[in-house]
Amino acid sequence: MKLCPTKTASSESCVSVAQQSPSILVKNSGSLTRRFSWTRAREQVIRLVLFLCGALSLLTTAGIIVVLFNEAIYSYAGTAFFQTVSITDFLFDTVWAPQHPDKPRFGILPLLCGTFVIAGLGGIIGLPIGLASAIYLSEYAKPKMRRIVKPVLEILAGIPTVVYGYFALVFVTPYLLRPIFQTWLGINVDIFNALSAGIVVGVMIIPTVCSLSEDALRAVPRGLREAGYALGSTKFDVSLKVVVPAALSGILASFLLAIARAIGETMAVTIAAGQQPRLTLNPFRGMETMTAYIVNISLGDTEAGSMEYKSLYAVALSLFVITLSMNVLAQWVLKRFREVYE
Amino acid sequence: MNVSGNLREPALAKRHRIGQLFEWACCGSTWFGMVVLSLLLLSIGWKAMAWPIPDADAVDRAAATKTDAKANALLSPRPLSTRFLTSYDSRVPQKAGIKAALWGSLWLLVFVTITTVPVGVGAAVYLEEYSNEGRWKRIIQVNLSNLAGVPSIVYGILGLTVFVRMFGLFGHDGKVLDFNLGFAMLSIPLPFERSVISGALTLSLLVLPTVIVAAQEALRAVPSSIRTASYALGATQWQTIRHQVLPAAMPGIMTGVILSLSRAMGETAPLIMIGALTYLAKCPGKIDSLSAVWQHPTGLLEAPFDVFTSLPIQIFNWVSRAQPEYDHLAAAGIMVLLVVLMMMNTAAILIRNRFQRRTQW
Amino acid sequence: MTIMQSFSELMHQRQQRETVKRSRLVETETEVSKLDVNNLNFFYGEKQALFDVSMTVPERSVTAFIGPSGCGKSTFLRTLNRMNDIIEGTRLTGKVTLEGQDIYASEVDVVALRKRVGMVFQKSTPFPKSIFDNVAYGPKIAGQRNQKELQGIVEQSLKRAALWDEVKDRMQDSALALSGGQQQRLCIARALATNPDVLLMDEPASALDPASTARIEDLIFELKQNYTIVIVTHNMQQAARISDWTAFFFQGYLIEKDRTQKLFTTPKKKQTEDYITGRFG
Repeated sequence: MKLCPTKTASSESCVSVAQQSPSILVKNSGSLTRRFSWTRAREQVIRLVLFLCGALSLLTTAGIIVVLFNEAIYSYAGTAFFQTVSITDFLFDTVWAPQHPDKPRFGILPLLCGTFVIAGLGGIIGLPIGLASAIYLSEYAKPKMRRIVKPVLEILAGIPTVVYGYFALVFVTPYLLRPIFQTWLGINVDIFNALSAGIVVGVMIIPTVCSLSEDALRAVPRGLREAGYALGSTKFDVSLKVVVPAALSGILASFLLAIARAIGETMAVTIAAGQQPRLTLNPFRGMETMTAYIVNISLGDTEAGSMEYKSLYAVALSLFVITLSMNVLAQWVLKRFREVYE
Repeated sequence: MNVSGNLREPALAKRHRIGQLFEWACCGSTWFGMVVLSLLLLSIGWKAMAWPIPDADAVDRAAATKTDAKANALLSPRPLSTRFLTSYDSRVPQKAGIKAALWGSLWLLVFVTITTVPVGVGAAVYLEEYSNEGRWKRIIQVNLSNLAGVPSIVYGILGLTVFVRMFGLFGHDGKVLDFNLGFAMLSIPLPFERSVISGALTLSLLVLPTVIVAAQEALRAVPSSIRTASYALGATQWQTIRHQVLPAAMPGIMTGVILSLSRAMGETAPLIMIGALTYLAKCPGKIDSLSAVWQHPTGLLEAPFDVFTSLPIQIFNWVSRAQPEYDHLAAAGIMVLLVVLMMMNTAAILIRNRFQRRTQW
Repeated sequence: MTIMQSFSELMHQRQQRETVKRSRLVETETEVSKLDVNNLNFFYGEKQALFDVSMTVPERSVTAFIGPSGCGKSTFLRTLNRMNDIIEGTRLTGKVTLEGQDIYASEVDVVALRKRVGMVFQKSTPFPKSIFDNVAYGPKIAGQRNQKELQGIVEQSLKRAALWDEVKDRMQDSALALSGGQQQRLCIARALATNPDVLLMDEPASALDPASTARIEDLIFELKQNYTIVIVTHNMQQAARISDWTAFFFQGYLIEKDRTQKLFTTPKKKQTEDYITGRFG
């Protein structure tokens, strides 16, 4: 309900006769009529300023789209990326080698592969653990436990991604992956590998999945659970077969948002997964993701106008499109499949 | 889950066992996060507290570069020390410190606050108080949710074009706007190039959606009876917002702002995109201590347009270096960063708790 | 004094007042009108809530609106200070005048109107500020900046609302620390601080205990010497106790309006009689 005190009510047969009858008691000024006042002008100015603040976010989106479009798709001077490199090459070529002196190749598949392998690994770890934590917190945990776990998850969510990248490179690979896989199982593990990056990305998305799923689970009314118990279900039955399906839209949306976040993750994968674009599914090798590529190009000494430099805008455009679609999809899932409870 | 008497059933026992396993699995998952967090903090802290034991490679390297290992070791017994906080980066690990990064982060924090809070709170006020449930509000809300999900590096690209290069409008050399303020000269370079201001504006765009959403929730929590009572006393809309709604929502807004700011402090990718330097041995505006502010006050005017680095970038840079000593320095830097973030989050929680008691609706 | 003793003393005082009141009624038959309503129809979107209501509110009197729940009395009350403007989708036809001025004319400044027609709500809503700031809020936003004048206005309003003695040593304390009855009197003082001519009260005592209710009723009785008061109440006995005029509403229609004594003893319409005698409610 919006409250707006100065909205005039529309009155059809309202005869506006401003009769100035003399006020018997001189307490307030007799006339109620509106004259120009600084207060009213100020109100309008304030309203405009606040509207501009709100519109700034629209400007931001417009800015992103314009910049990416101009550099990657089409520019008046003909300098955009896709005006030189064909889209089919970009999307379907399997080699990403922009620096090649004779024949640079711009197939994005290796970068896409790197991004999705790491996001996938992160999902395998983060989604089940996050959901299980959410189920535990909403169905099983005592209030004291919640009071401890929730701050811990908030802290986990607040740790900067460079820290996770450092942890992956300096601890997960040498002290966890190499002892298990290389020393014991004999599989070669590179220093930069996708698995360590995937593990920390998974840990990073646990808080996202947990808090959003928990909100969805708690929104399921108690009546449903009680109906389940009354039919002779165990707590396990009720949680998994009654509550989770009822909260499914929220849970799915949280999954999509978490994966989108994993896809957009930059610093952890740059540090842990390396700079070598590689089209492979082997998690023990290094791979470059789309985000890492963008970072590495800007850190390097690539010339600003060259095709190689422009390729970063094409990659950024792809990244933007992918994450935006996932976010939009998540919101659509939330709206479409939401059960409306009394 | 005790089943007794003639209600005992073998099939039921199996279901209870499965249920028990499930509960343990969920409990384990919940504690997993706790375990990982402790592992992370302990391992990084341990690395920050001691230099690596020099192996054969290190000794060879030291001999080759003629560095005096013993003297260097005396300089700093462990990576994390007060000397660490007051030195600049260096090619010699034992001499390196995060002073430049600390001051860079501090300047960023100040400017991000200045630019984000008015705009964010203003937008939230507009969305919650002024706009009707119309098309514009829905468009802006959807837009905000989408912006919140955009990867931070894309904001870096936006900042690069808009703030650092300003679309190339000022040609190759750019212009400089000079303002004579009487006691000093304020020189604003256009475009902003790789300065603190570019970084701060880029980070502002990044955290603006979260600030707006947090402020909106705080405003929504103020009961409408307060607004109604205020209107009934003859107040205009802005008077009601300014005197009643905003003060009542302020604790929630501040908490949200501080949490968003701590996120901005930890961001690396956008700053790398706009060109924050990874090796820097000076502070913005040459202000490297509080006393420098007195001696060199014009530095305050130069600092926003000076090059800079930040804590996360310094950490990233050290991680990328080959020598193992820099791993330890990075760990020390991480500890400092985590302490700063912890202080900010604690402040946010304290504010939330203190003011929640005062205004019991 | 125990609660029972103070309560019975209040009842005794009221009986005394009522004798005085009844003698006054015989004296003055003609009264000056403060608010005039002509053919008012009110709509919430498509749904009509008030049907062709016309009445006169005389000044310096207490007019009570009674009727069962949902009959439109609160809606009608809110049309008198245009509080319905805040709700989206409302509209009305007809005319409402304050001392002859049409309050729904397009040139009218709603803010100025609400300074002259104040309102007290059913649930007391003190601002989460100090007692002083609560009462001083109205004058402050009207432009009064002089601190001494503000203090004078606050003291006078609190005295008029019979709250001054209880709070004069703790003006900076939070208003939320007061009891329910005190908070409601604070809201009355707050409304009085803008120096209104008319005071609209929407079931002001319905959320209070009997002792506080009695004090509010005494207060209303005193206030009517200087203010025009319109009060909505679902408690018929309350209307009988304190009002000079009573209007009975039913399902959006104004069924009957008359002097309180006449309405309650010899109502003209059957519906009024049924309601008063409790045949429906």
